[in-house]
Amino acid sequence: MSGQTILTVDGLTMRFGGIVAVQELSFAAERKKITALIGPNGAGKTTVFNCITGFYKPTGGAIRLSHDDGRQIALERLNDFRIAKQAKVARTFQNIRLFPGMTALENLMVAQHNALMLASGFTVLGLIGVPTYRDAEKRAIALATDWLKRINLLDRADDAAGNLAYGDQRRLEIARAMCTEPQLLCLDEPAAGLNARESAALSELLLSIRNELGTSILLIEHDMSVVMEISDHIVVMDHGVKIAQGTPKEVRDDPRVIAAYLGTDEEEAAAVMESGS
Amino acid sequence: MTATPHNATNASRTAGIPFLLKTAFINAAIALVLFSLMVGIRTEAGSDGQLTYWTRFGDLAWLVAAVFGGSIVIELLRQWIGPTGAEKLVPASVQSGVSFIGRYLAPALLIFTLLVPVIFYNQRYILDLAILVLTYVMLGWGLNVVVGLAGLLDLGYVAFYAVGAYSYGLLATSFGWSFWICLPLAGILAAFWGVLLGFPVLRLRGDYLAIVTLAFGEIIRLVIINWQSLTGGPNGVSGIPRPTFFGIPLDNSDDGLAAKLGIEYSPTHRIVFLFYLILALALLTNWVTIRLRRLPIGRAWEALREDEVACRALGINTTTTKLTAFATGAMFGGFAGAFFATRQGFISPESFTFQESALVLAIVVLGGMGSQLGVALAALTMIGGFELFRSLESYRMLVFGMAMVLIMIWRPRGIIGHRAPTVYLTKAQAISSDLVKEGHG
Repeated sequence: MSGQTILTVDGLTMRFGGIVAVQELSFAAERKKITALIGPNGAGKTTVFNCITGFYKPTGGAIRLSHDDGRQIALERLNDFRIAKQAKVARTFQNIRLFPGMTALENLMVAQHNALMLASGFTVLGLIGVPTYRDAEKRAIALATDWLKRINLLDRADDAAGNLAYGDQRRLEIARAMCTEPQLLCLDEPAAGLNARESAALSELLLSIRNELGTSILLIEHDMSVVMEISDHIVVMDHGVKIAQGTPKEVRDDPRVIAAYLGTDEEEAAAVMESGS
Repeated sequence: MTATPHNATNASRTAGIPFLLKTAFINAAIALVLFSLMVGIRTEAGSDGQLTYWTRFGDLAWLVAAVFGGSIVIELLRQWIGPTGAEKLVPASVQSGVSFIGRYLAPALLIFTLLVPVIFYNQRYILDLAILVLTYVMLGWGLNVVVGLAGLLDLGYVAFYAVGAYSYGLLATSFGWSFWICLPLAGILAAFWGVLLGFPVLRLRGDYLAIVTLAFGEIIRLVIINWQSLTGGPNGVSGIPRPTFFGIPLDNSDDGLAAKLGIEYSPTHRIVFLFYLILALALLTNWVTIRLRRLPIGRAWEALREDEVACRALGINTTTTKLTAFATGAMFGGFAGAFFATRQGFISPESFTFQESALVLAIVVLGGMGSQLGVALAALTMIGGFELFRSLESYRMLVFGMAMVLIMIWRPRGIIGHRAPTVYLTKAQAISSDLVKEGHG
């Protein structure tokens, strides 16, 4: 594979009791590229995500993240919040998990928790209100404002996140993940439940994250128009194993993908062929 | 055309006399079954121990009739108010009015509280009651950090109150340390126990957390009862020194404050001093909590209440976040405990029963979880109301319970149900309680 890789998944296996959800999966995601993980329902995509982001501890295999500064981090050994804090891997969820009772701005402020905790001297300096903390907070608000502008929600900054429209909540969740300033952004079905216009806006947002900020993106998606439009590299899974990978064009033309992913439904196969061409 | 839906709603509202009567009859029948044994037949042990009984069908008839009439009145009221969902019981105009009052209520209450010793200088009873209310305000604000902000249901808060009280009581009686040295120590010790409790319960959520904290409260109480050599067991600790005005005692000796100021001694001086002491402690709690809410740790507490999984995905260490919430709440409980000990001069395990935990928790829930003003109002309602109904004697708990049920029906999310954002760009908008989560422990 050409280019520098940011994430290497090697022989990842995840068993739940007797069920093998993911078996010997290996793939790599390139830096500053968008890698898509696709496959039919139950293929084990979200399990892979949960292993990468520390919500599951993999039964076997290795997940390596190479930082910008050259550090190599073994993600399977970190757990829980440390993956987001130390390895700088941010994620969103299939079913949106915002803080509904907090405002859009507050959601983005919570995402900058670790940086702000440090600036507030683990609360002690913040409690007495030292100027360095105030400056850090101003910068945090500026970053949050910048993201609200990007996702076109600046006028809803002080509204409760739970009051936002569904599509807005999806974008806010991505902005919240980006406010942690991640190396790798993992998106679990970001286009689920969006209409065509919102999907197009989402594609634009993801492309701008890749092009302007140079953040690597790993995404699971069912919406083929989004996947085919923005992905640089696609990994196809079925029943816990990788069945194909390559550029959108390669994957689209791969008979195994069409057979496994789309089954025998020729109409859908044709639709995908068209949407990509 | 347009009139049809209007008529339809009208029809459903005035859903006929048969419906009214049917509901009333059912309610009356239930009342008849319930009261026929409870009221209708009166049993007593006779002089030789034999069972004597007599009937009171007259009273029974009155009660059933009252239920019949009452259910008609309630049904009519319900139709008059209109179709009700639990959230819509309070009209929007009233809601906004309440928030308007809320803006000016807090400063007004604070000024009034500051003036209480001046206004009621000669009424010892009111001053004592005010001190009691303020103690519970402080406890409520302390527990609010744990329950209201972090969403961790803590049923054993009284344990930290006890730790604080015994810390001061024992340190002061054994080593003769002054109140002002023991106060921070009591807070630190309570916070330490908060962390100790926090560690094992971190993985528990909701009901399970509640049970463990409940048990923790009982453990502390049982240890105090049984560790006789240290705590004096059920006899408690007596002769706890009264607080001094930074070293100057508040008594009628020659060194006393009254003598030094050259004014006539009065026992009320000490009460007034205690009043301002607890007021200062409570305001400190309030100030710290308000500041903490606007710091990253406070936002993390609230985020934890909203969604713990999302917190972890954002790199927030949920373990330390929960522990700091426990420790902060416990520390304020410890301060309040030290104050309690110095005020009473005597402490025993009887003061630290589960009932206290339940009372403080009720204050937090009734006040509206997370709202500082709400908690203060709820403490005033609960403790003050309890005293207000004293004249009703044995019916006090009944009336009090009914009042609480009514408040929770009208304002299911507490007196102040909405949440104020901690940071804003253009305008701070109150967030409706429908969106704010209670937390899952």
